[in-house]
Amino acid sequence: MAGDASKALSNDVLWGGGRSPFSISYGKMMMWFFLVSDALTFSGLLTAYGFVRHSTTEVWPIGEEVFRALPGLTGSYPLIYVALMTAILIFSSVTMVLAVEAGHRMDKKGVIKWLFLTVLGGAFFVGSQAWEWSHFIHGGGGYITTPQGEKYWVHNDTHDTHDPANAPGFHLVAAKPGHYLQEADGAHHLDHAASLKLWNERANYVNGANMTENEYGPPQYANFFFFITGFHGFHVFSGVVINIIVLIMVIQGVFHRRGHYEMVEKAGLYWHFVDLVWVFVFTFFYLL
Amino acid sequence: MERDDIIEYSLDAHHSEEAGRKIRRKIWMVTLFLAVVTAIEVTLGAYWKEWFPLSAWNSIKWTYVVLTLVKATYIVMTFMHLGDERRNIRAIILLPYALFILYLVFIAIFESNYVHQLWLRFL
Repeated sequence: MAGDASKALSNDVLWGGGRSPFSISYGKMMMWFFLVSDALTFSGLLTAYGFVRHSTTEVWPIGEEVFRALPGLTGSYPLIYVALMTAILIFSSVTMVLAVEAGHRMDKKGVIKWLFLTVLGGAFFVGSQAWEWSHFIHGGGGYITTPQGEKYWVHNDTHDTHDPANAPGFHLVAAKPGHYLQEADGAHHLDHAASLKLWNERANYVNGANMTENEYGPPQYANFFFFITGFHGFHVFSGVVINIIVLIMVIQGVFHRRGHYEMVEKAGLYWHFVDLVWVFVFTFFYLL
Repeated sequence: MERDDIIEYSLDAHHSEEAGRKIRRKIWMVTLFLAVVTAIEVTLGAYWKEWFPLSAWNSIKWTYVVLTLVKATYIVMTFMHLGDERRNIRAIILLPYALFILYLVFIAIFESNYVHQLWLRFL
């Protein structure tokens, strides 16, 4: 990128007053300062997650075993859905940077096109996250614990969690001790009568996820999932709203009259930051 | 009212059609790179147990951390144009952040090991 920032200036000129020593405008600098403070918040959240996960003595669930569903399909597709979400967000980041580039050429049509695609990508991401939350909250059937503390996974053909024992194909599967998630092979499937007996004597039935218990792992696991991805999702949502406002202003020609499209660049900084955070959430929550 | 944000720094960011072509080419190259790295991460996450012994997990974990930092560098330096800014603003953004977070990560790992030992002893 050309511009004042790439000019070689002596320190006397830079810091001599009457100009920004950083060669950037006030608005852009403040956006960067805001992003640094926001980055500290997200880092704090992810570090807290790491702390809890590292200090706990309980078995912690693994991303590729929890997140392996695709909408409308049965079967196991580990991490594919999250990878799709990541791809959507990275590509909406690309369209944003192309919108900024078009703004530097005062190409209003180009800015509108790329900014519109960015809004579209952001909306798709928020929608995907809503589906993922819904899937996480409803779960895959759940488990019961017996008064003796044994754990059995609940199975039925319709994935009914309101009245699972009366759904067709109901039976229980013995859970492996010390494991949070279901083992696919070698698990003992109980017959219907034995399952019904255990179901009626159950101490607890846990299905899906809420703030106090979940079928995937320790309660903190779901709490961190809700807080970190929720906080990030809120950032994406507000980013989409900001992008829509900027898009309307671009269409109205506000920035063309002003002579530069720096507002697109500032909104873009925020939008790239959202993508940047997701890169870290993806690694530390889903991959590790 | 005179606006104080219409100054040379904003106008100076303008570039020609020809420079734009070069910048767009760079953007698409970085995009390709990020997509490939993400694809590698996901494939590794889904299939590493079939390809490597369980003891390889530690090295895979560090591979993830390094790949993530590489991706982050490209996003910040190219997409957010921080690489094109003056060195002093780069330092003001990155150094205080790095200072805080490196310490936070260090102390979190250190303390969580300790807390883990305490849980093991008293639970």
